[in-house]
Amino acid sequence: MSLLDIQDLKTYFTTGRGTVKAVDGISLNLDEGDSLGLAGESGCGKTTTALSIMRLLPSNGQVLSGKILFKGIDLLEVEEEKFRRNYRWKQVSIIFQGAMNALNPVFRVGDQITQAIRIHEEITKDDAWSKVEELFSLVGINPKRARDYPHEFSGGMKQRAMIALALACNPAFVIADEPVTALDVIVQAQILELMRGLRQKLGLSMIMITHDLSVIADTCNKAAIMYAGRIVEQADIMTIFKHPRHPYSQGLLANYPSIKGEIKKFAPISGRPPNLISPPPGCRFHPRCPYADEVCKRERPKIVEVARGHYVACLKA
Amino acid sequence: MSKGLETLISIRNLKKWFPVRRGFFQAILSGEQQYIKAVDNISFDVRKGEIFGLAGESGCGKTTTGKTILRLLEPTGGKVYFEEQDVFSFGKRELKEYRKKAQIIYQDPYESLDPRMMIYNFVAEPLLIHKIGGLEERVADALERTELTPPEEFFHRFPHELSGGQRQRVAIARAMILNPEFIVADEPVSMLDASIRSSILELMFKLRDELGISYLYITHDLATARQVCDRLAIMYLGKIMEQASIDKLLANPLHPYTQALIAAVPVPDPTAEKSRAMIKGEVPSPIDLPKGCRFNTRCPYANDRCIKEEPELVEVDKDHYVACYFPLI
Amino acid sequence: MATKSGVRISLNLARRFIGFWSEYTKSRIGVFGLIIMLSFIAVSAPAPYLTTYSIKASEGNIYEVLKAPSSKHLLGTDELGRDMLTLVVYGGRISLLVGFLATIIAGVLGTLVGSVSGYFGGWVDDLLMRINDIFLVIPGLPLMIVLSALLGRGIWNIIFVIGILSWSGTCRVIRSQVMSVKEKSFIESARAAGAGDTWILTRHILPNVLPLIVAQMVVQVGGAVLSESALSFLGLGDPTHISWGMILHYAFSCGALSSGYWWYLLPPGICVALVVLAFSFMGYSLDRIINPRIRAR
Repeated sequence: MSLLDIQDLKTYFTTGRGTVKAVDGISLNLDEGDSLGLAGESGCGKTTTALSIMRLLPSNGQVLSGKILFKGIDLLEVEEEKFRRNYRWKQVSIIFQGAMNALNPVFRVGDQITQAIRIHEEITKDDAWSKVEELFSLVGINPKRARDYPHEFSGGMKQRAMIALALACNPAFVIADEPVTALDVIVQAQILELMRGLRQKLGLSMIMITHDLSVIADTCNKAAIMYAGRIVEQADIMTIFKHPRHPYSQGLLANYPSIKGEIKKFAPISGRPPNLISPPPGCRFHPRCPYADEVCKRERPKIVEVARGHYVACLKA
Repeated sequence: MSKGLETLISIRNLKKWFPVRRGFFQAILSGEQQYIKAVDNISFDVRKGEIFGLAGESGCGKTTTGKTILRLLEPTGGKVYFEEQDVFSFGKRELKEYRKKAQIIYQDPYESLDPRMMIYNFVAEPLLIHKIGGLEERVADALERTELTPPEEFFHRFPHELSGGQRQRVAIARAMILNPEFIVADEPVSMLDASIRSSILELMFKLRDELGISYLYITHDLATARQVCDRLAIMYLGKIMEQASIDKLLANPLHPYTQALIAAVPVPDPTAEKSRAMIKGEVPSPIDLPKGCRFNTRCPYANDRCIKEEPELVEVDKDHYVACYFPLI
Repeated sequence: MATKSGVRISLNLARRFIGFWSEYTKSRIGVFGLIIMLSFIAVSAPAPYLTTYSIKASEGNIYEVLKAPSSKHLLGTDELGRDMLTLVVYGGRISLLVGFLATIIAGVLGTLVGSVSGYFGGWVDDLLMRINDIFLVIPGLPLMIVLSALLGRGIWNIIFVIGILSWSGTCRVIRSQVMSVKEKSFIESARAAGAGDTWILTRHILPNVLPLIVAQMVVQVGGAVLSESALSFLGLGDPTHISWGMILHYAFSCGALSSGYWWYLLPPGICVALVVLAFSFMGYSLDRIINPRIRAR
């Protein structure tokens, strides 16, 4: 049984301008120990997927349909209070995007993390504090620094603190939403190394959300590519990078800048990502696809397993 | 592709220091003014028709360098020669002329356009400032060159109606409308989506080929630098650590910092070597600079000499400069 | 091409106005305030054409002194036999006029000083802000009273006094907005294109600060009307003009409160309150529209 099995998830937002079909029927699965990279550009629905799993959607967002099976249990059906006590942060946790700014500047870092721990576990303040010091060692921060305030931490340290916070209750699986985007190159490498190490040490399963394909190639073993609220391709890392079948994946990878290997000529994908309030009918990528034809404009492509473990949603694949 | 070896801009010993603001009592009691030495004695040339990259992590001084070259910031020291004229000694009139020839594109397409101005007026503004006529034609031409077609469709729109990529094109159109010879591009694609970046970079390339514009391409992303730049200089805490042609630099980095940077960049290829953090810690504060070589606090090879004296940028191989006592040849 | 672009520009402006209007009308109190303000203006402006009675002191009907409301005098009469309703309608003209003019003065002064101060910074900013502090710190009403007493009782003096003492708040708000707009890249971009300070101030800073100025000023009109009423009530108003404050002044001087001549007190009082409320509501709605715009991309 897979650890996480998302089936046909639909999450929509109601706004003044109409309904944003942010996540429009996606299916994903994650086995224990997997690190799944969820790739896609801004606005494609990756963060919404993460928030749907964590049941932390803003008030105007709603999961319309679908299942999120965690160890066989549908998280969407669990009662709110039970979810808060038993699942959120304890089994599944999240490192938010822009996490460095998620720390409250007027409280000590250690206090903020102990508070989070004590909300979910019945332990004393001292025990919680020792846990924090332990966590800090685990993520590479000097434990004594738990007494500091956020402004005394550097960007990299704050990100480590956020990772510590996410790991505070020993979850089985962590969602990392753009964990290294705002960091400098070398600090980024340090954090990625840390995350790889933690995965191994703690047997952590992870969904890594990022727009940076090179980070996925670097840290994940599986990848799913999202476009305009739908998953267009999903496979293990080698397959996605070496044998992409969906035109969007192909387009992205064809001119992805790399510091090694052949210098790729510019081959941009024409057009822009669609408006999710009124997306194009049929396949959402058809306006930009070099292979699109009449069928693509009408029918929504179903996800098809073209090879073992390799799923593509394209009528022309 | 017109890429001569003629020098367009010469930067010599450029310094830009920012005084650290102090409170009233601090100023009286401590006496000595402290400075953030954002750019501290750097020299390089940009040749005609070339794309010269300036790369480094945040706080290294690359953006400050770009702005000081354009005199959007007043320098603390050094000289910049544009077509052999001393930019820092320009009077008001000569400075205005200089502005016609040297332009800038910003990183944030959301903040670099005036939200209250129609696109037409925004792109036409430089023409109005310099009292050049033929507005409509020139604006339409500029918009066409940046692939915003048909141009008339965009004249009356406002920035919030455009996407990030389109806004950046507008910014480029405006920068180009006076036919500049030199453009400082400050991380022009870092805030754009991956599928849009290529098209903007391709546009910049095209303009270089068609109009012979030279670029100072400022970035923290070595992968895009590789796609775009002819030569690259690596900055750290206000100084240039290494400088060479892009291929040489990436194939054979001589400075430990450059090596660490390259090793840290992940590659979009699962079979390639994983990214490594070769050095620990983070960039120190620019107020309290390390003595000697600025990189010595994190360098795996540092020794006594590195702590005492700052190394000069010397040519160790043809057109390959390093500021290190122990370049890893 | 000229007409084509003229048409396009007008279409775009029309679209923007409609967009603004639909945002504005989302706030019910904003619309409410607008209706009240427009009603007052609609009634007060053509006062001579709407009323039949005279407001001249000498033309009061001495047989109808201090009469309660009746079918002949809908709001009763004052101690000189003048029709109250007519007085209130005419009073609106002066009260609103003073309100608008004083606010314009305060707005222009506050914008000028705030923009220059915020844009140039340095010693200019320090100097101007110290002057601003003086006006901020000194209690408004007492100072107004002192100035009025010194300058004498005249409508323009009142407008001047209220204007001079309301500019300081606006100034501060404009200054901080200017300081934040100044930091945006498009300002530096203008400088990179060769623009000078005046160009940047007039073509970039002011248009971006304008919505805030307008929202500020709308609320201030209410405040100015209130200040005028206070000054007139205290006897510093212009005796040759009728305003709501003056009516209240006369009401008190003939003992309306203790004698129970409620029709002398309530109408002007309610008018002042309604007008202040109307402008506050409008200012509130405008603020709601402006702020999300600043935050949204």
